[in-house]
Amino acid sequence: MKFSIITITTLFLVFSLANTAQSTSIKVPDSLEQRVKPCTICHEDVDKTSLDAYFPRIAGKPAGYLYNQLRNFRDGRRYYQPMAILLENMSDEYILEIARYFSSMHYTYPQPDPHGLPPNEINMVEKLINSGDPARNIPACNTCHGESLMGIEPYIPGLLGLPHAYLAAQFGGWRNGGIMRGQTPDCMSEIAKKLTQEEVYALARWLPAQPVSGETAKSETLDPALVQRCEDIFSERKHFK
Amino acid sequence: MKRLFLRFIGSRQTFLFIACSLLLTLLTTNLALADFTEPQSQQGEYLALAGNCKGCHTTLGGKPYAGGRKLQTPFGEFVTPNITPDIETGIGQWSKEDFWQAMHHGKAKDGRYLYPVFPYIEYTKVTRQDSDKIFDYLRSLPPVAQANPPHKIDPPYDNQFLLFLWRTWYFEEGVYKPDSSKSEEWNRGAYLVQGLGHCTACHTSRNVWGASQDGELQGGEIMGTFWYAPSLISPLEAGMGDWPIETVVELLSTGITNHAVTSGPMATIVRESLQHLSAADMRAMAVYLQSIGKKEIDIKKTRKIPPMPEAVRQYLAKGELIYEKHCQDCHGESGQGVSNIYPPLAGNRSVTLTSPLNTIRSVLYGGYPPSTAGNKRPYGMPPYQHIIHDTEIAQVVSYIRNAWGNLGSLVNQFDVDDSRGYEY
Repeated sequence: MKFSIITITTLFLVFSLANTAQSTSIKVPDSLEQRVKPCTICHEDVDKTSLDAYFPRIAGKPAGYLYNQLRNFRDGRRYYQPMAILLENMSDEYILEIARYFSSMHYTYPQPDPHGLPPNEINMVEKLINSGDPARNIPACNTCHGESLMGIEPYIPGLLGLPHAYLAAQFGGWRNGGIMRGQTPDCMSEIAKKLTQEEVYALARWLPAQPVSGETAKSETLDPALVQRCEDIFSERKHFK
Repeated sequence: MKRLFLRFIGSRQTFLFIACSLLLTLLTTNLALADFTEPQSQQGEYLALAGNCKGCHTTLGGKPYAGGRKLQTPFGEFVTPNITPDIETGIGQWSKEDFWQAMHHGKAKDGRYLYPVFPYIEYTKVTRQDSDKIFDYLRSLPPVAQANPPHKIDPPYDNQFLLFLWRTWYFEEGVYKPDSSKSEEWNRGAYLVQGLGHCTACHTSRNVWGASQDGELQGGEIMGTFWYAPSLISPLEAGMGDWPIETVVELLSTGITNHAVTSGPMATIVRESLQHLSAADMRAMAVYLQSIGKKEIDIKKTRKIPPMPEAVRQYLAKGELIYEKHCQDCHGESGQGVSNIYPPLAGNRSVTLTSPLNTIRSVLYGGYPPSTAGNKRPYGMPPYQHIIHDTEIAQVVSYIRNAWGNLGSLVNQFDVDDSRGYEY
């Protein structure tokens, strides 16, 4: 086996030398940074807009969250064709490695973006954030997204430091279904459908105006009831011990 | 064809003669293929992988073998059936005989003709023994209750009589007959390529009736996808007549070699099917594919490079600037690429195919070669659809099709737009 590998390699070397005698060889770093070039051509460490698309930053988001989203794109649960094509033939192991890489990247949050909401709307938002609306079976945002709204390791993303355009698009995707189906049962989709248009608008304005402070909470702070309710999201926990 | 005709006459002697010759064929086939047995356990699973049953009979993110995948064709939309052993929605009530009827004769359990979107044109070459093993494997799967939506076949193609005529004309039924002048290895490769692996289902051009034009792996656009499956014969396309056997094996089982890479639907076939095949089977396929590939030396003389008009020169010069900015870091200043990482573009036959479709799609959407045991963490090509305009993509594709000794037609922005799929 070893011998045949050596023979093949030699054959290749001879072959490529004959073909590319005059050209200089390219040094390709054996790194993940080089391997994820197809990702970083669009996703940099800031949210950005290109010719006709919007690319959220992925740096610093929780690894499990990125892992789930990448698999959702690949397996058709979250619909965006350009992502689906890139991930089409990628293994779970490789996706996990890539998710961890982006998660560990340092990220500087943008300055707060003033919301200009009237006091009654601010009240409405703060109530949703801290206590939800039991009458409509809407849980408080901070039970899942952490006390400081910075997310909980490893699966739940933070809500601060995200631009208005991104939040508005995500809410739209959840409410209309189809574009973002997530895992089943899809907790966030159910919640988003219960919110009114006014609440969505106010939330998407209020959140980017908050100064970013604190860290992503550790997984110990997860509410056991949540873990049970959103079982599918947590099904791959073995990777994140 | 002739045999089919005779059968309609239905004389007793003819019937006996055909029965005897069929039996003989089956016997000899079994003898010839008997030496290539995989480990006894999970033979059926292995054969199902080789036939890539799961690839079509599973919808994106769905339960394996439960069907539901939609296949778009010029004749309508076909939905793959559930082939798990569920009684109501799957093949729970099927017998081995029913399964053989589908695989070999292209008929459903109730006797209706199946549409050739199910590749029975190729599966008919599969032996009864292998068909039974695949059936046993499918019956061992956990049943999944999943009723899939019906086909949406456009009239008049939903007419069974038309399908009967189509079959009479285009369908030649019969298990693969080994060529005694060739080695057992070659015959095993031919059996896999022509039969179970159903390579002809994609690597062929089809006429307006959806029938394979030549049945000989001459290449063609894959129905319902926006990809061109190159000829496996022509040395100007993906013919492997000049390749060492080891290189063919490496490409098909890892998805990449020093100078070539699989992309699009072929990358998926490598990931889902070919990478799981035994070294002996991969070698057998390579031996067969190498033998049917024409050698470059036979056709090189006919290629003439015409002088390039000034306007074309200027057009390509624009493409060169884009190449330097976006492509050169990985593919090199003379298109030399990096062995087993980034494919060379100079002399890359996939770049100079008559149809620029695959190259345009690679630039538009980028992509990764498949993650396989032999290439677990592949490097990838970034998508450029959001980075540069269609006119620029056209210029750079035209440039790489005509730089460093390459020779290909020029591409314009309309070709680029035409290469986007239905779902863009």
